Amino acid sequence: MTKQPILDVRGLTMDFGGIRALNSLDLDVTSGEIVALIGPNGAGKTTFFNCITGIYTPTEGNIWLTPPGGKKKISLNGLKPNQVTEKGLARTFQNIRLFSKMTVLENVMIGRHCRTKAFIFGAIFRTKATLQEEQDILQSSYAILEKVGMADFADEFADNLPYGAQRRLEIARALATEPLLLLLDEPAAGMNPQETQSLEHLIKQISMEGQAILLIEHDMKLVMSLSDRIFVMDYGKKIAQGTPLEIRENPAVIKAYLGEEVDA
Amino acid sequence: MGIVKELKKGALISLWFVFLTFPVMVIKVDPIARTVVWRWENALYMAVGTFVVYYIAQFFLKKKENQKEASEEKGLNHSIIHKILQNPLQRNIFVGVLAVAAVLFPQVLSAYQTNVMTTALMYVVLGLGLNIVVGLAGLLDLGFVAFYAVGAYTYALLNHHFGLGFFTVLPIGGLMAATFGILLGFPVLRLRGDYLAIVTLGFGEIIRLVLENWGEFSQGPSGISDISRPGFFGVDFDLQSSIIYTYYLMIILVIVTIFVVNRLQDSRLGRAWIALREDEVACQAMGIDKRKTKLVAFSLGAFWAGIMGVMFAAKTTFVNPASFTFLESAIILSIVVLGGMGSIVGVVLGALILILMPEYLRALSQYRMLAFGAILVCMMIFRPQGLISNIRRTYTFKKKTTNSLSK
Ligand SMILES: Nc1ncnc2c1ncn2[C@@H]1O[C@H](COP(=O)(O)OP(=O)(O)O)[C@@H](O)[C@H]1O
Ligand SMILES: [Mg+2]
Repeated sequence: MTKQPILDVRGLTMDFGGIRALNSLDLDVTSGEIVALIGPNGAGKTTFFNCITGIYTPTEGNIWLTPPGGKKKISLNGLKPNQVTEKGLARTFQNIRLFSKMTVLENVMIGRHCRTKAFIFGAIFRTKATLQEEQDILQSSYAILEKVGMADFADEFADNLPYGAQRRLEIARALATEPLLLLLDEPAAGMNPQETQSLEHLIKQISMEGQAILLIEHDMKLVMSLSDRIFVMDYGKKIAQGTPLEIRENPAVIKAYLGEEVDA
Repeated sequence: MGIVKELKKGALISLWFVFLTFPVMVIKVDPIARTVVWRWENALYMAVGTFVVYYIAQFFLKKKENQKEASEEKGLNHSIIHKILQNPLQRNIFVGVLAVAAVLFPQVLSAYQTNVMTTALMYVVLGLGLNIVVGLAGLLDLGFVAFYAVGAYTYALLNHHFGLGFFTVLPIGGLMAATFGILLGFPVLRLRGDYLAIVTLGFGEIIRLVLENWGEFSQGPSGISDISRPGFFGVDFDLQSSIIYTYYLMIILVIVTIFVVNRLQDSRLGRAWIALREDEVACQAMGIDKRKTKLVAFSLGAFWAGIMGVMFAAKTTFVNPASFTFLESAIILSIVVLGGMGSIVGVVLGALILILMPEYLRALSQYRMLAFGAILVCMMIFRPQGLISNIRRTYTFKKKTTNSLSK
């Protein structure tokens, strides 16, 4: 443990009325890593994302974010979703939530919102600074679209895109916020094998550029080939953690997954 | 088989209408002769009429659907106005003609017509203000008239008690309304859709009821009279020239509003509003401060209503609470919806049509409002997206991106 983790979650617990969706969960992600969070449906993975991004307020537990470069760690507890994003966590949604009546480019431009600051005055008087900032937003958004291979669709409305492209756009939009850690919630869900493969390629490419990624995914092939470490949860509890190899052999994991199959 | 089904449906609908209109159309009671006349022939007319109208409507709906499919295939959704506005030469000619018409209007037409036009222009600004809240930010506000009232009473009271002039109070009225916009904004931050609509509706009524009942403050239902008209460096106008002067003032205000609203809509803030309208959760997750963005939308929308309130008080020289009923909010909302949510050109057109049409329908005398209602209903059936749907986002950014690429 020489490296300081970027994200450090300790004892995270979330109750919905009588249901304990998360039960004292610990999880950490170090810079440059791809970490996967897996588990059967209803295990609480999306709830975990919602808790650390401020959409839900966890019942208990601490969430720490440490910017690289020996900076002090920041507590994310009690922050609003937009503040969490500002601090450096950006996410995609399991059920796609794009701005459907905006163009692809504009969707990405929204991601730049928290890194820019023009307001009423700048908007009305189009000051030099505002014009420059708008240009920067356009350029960087366009560059991100090129990175994810969607520049050709820039002027298309988001809801006219095929399904796989919509998931890619969600990733592009999240990247535009310049996150320290990128959270992907089942990015391959509903994709065909080709789309999944090109997604794998994209995630690898982003990771190569040094982006830390926390990934929720059901596609085991994808998880095994991408992740450095895997966390497995079931019924809100962490049941295993380790490298892909260790997880593959872990009896508790096999039981959780087989159990699910028998139930289904 | 399809035809039989259609015929059956048409027949059923006719029957239903005959039933609905039966008491009015068929039964006629003569209270003096104490007889009941059964006008069965009316039921027949009703049935045949409904049947025919139903098929005409069906025909147009079908045609429209086909058109829509065709235009979607070609990616052509642009209306004529947008085509004109996109072409620089045509746009300059269009704007030039419009400017000349606007300047000549009061010279050519009567003071009465000018006055009506001034009113319509006021609704243009009101519509553009509400468009920020409803069209862009997607917050259904049914109490917009409250801010109009705040502006009007700000001028009325300041003029009555302190003798402040129109131009001094114009910005004060706007800022006052903007402040009320924030005051309303705070409690409704968490609400959306129907709930928001109900609360804003209540807010509008509260303002009106306070003005009606707090006599010492607002002089109650009898209102405040003898408010000064807009001044011009101390020149005294007669009524005729004052009407013309007010008209030109209004033209300037409309231009300023269009300019400002267009820039707002086309900015970082405008994008944030639209994102908020599209998906609140995703919007926050992308780092947009929901509270701030909503409050700014409420207050900027209210600002224009406040300005128009001042204008209204100055134009009519009299305000009382009866001018600020829910009907007023409903009309402004209709302008935004009819014109096309989020579209500036649409809202301008919507306001002109909605305010001028009842004037020019006067020829139909007692059927005026009926015709007005029928036209509105038809509009919503055949063009639910409004007269002009907003399409700016596709082309504005294309232009910009090519710029940024060639750079
Ligand atoms: N807002 C909520 N209210 C009540 N229960 C919830 C809520 N969100 C999630 N849950 C419950 O928490 C559990 C975990 O759900 P979720 O995190 O979506 O699972 P996963 O993403 O792992 O499939 C489920 O039992 C779900 O019903
Ligand atoms: Mg989930």
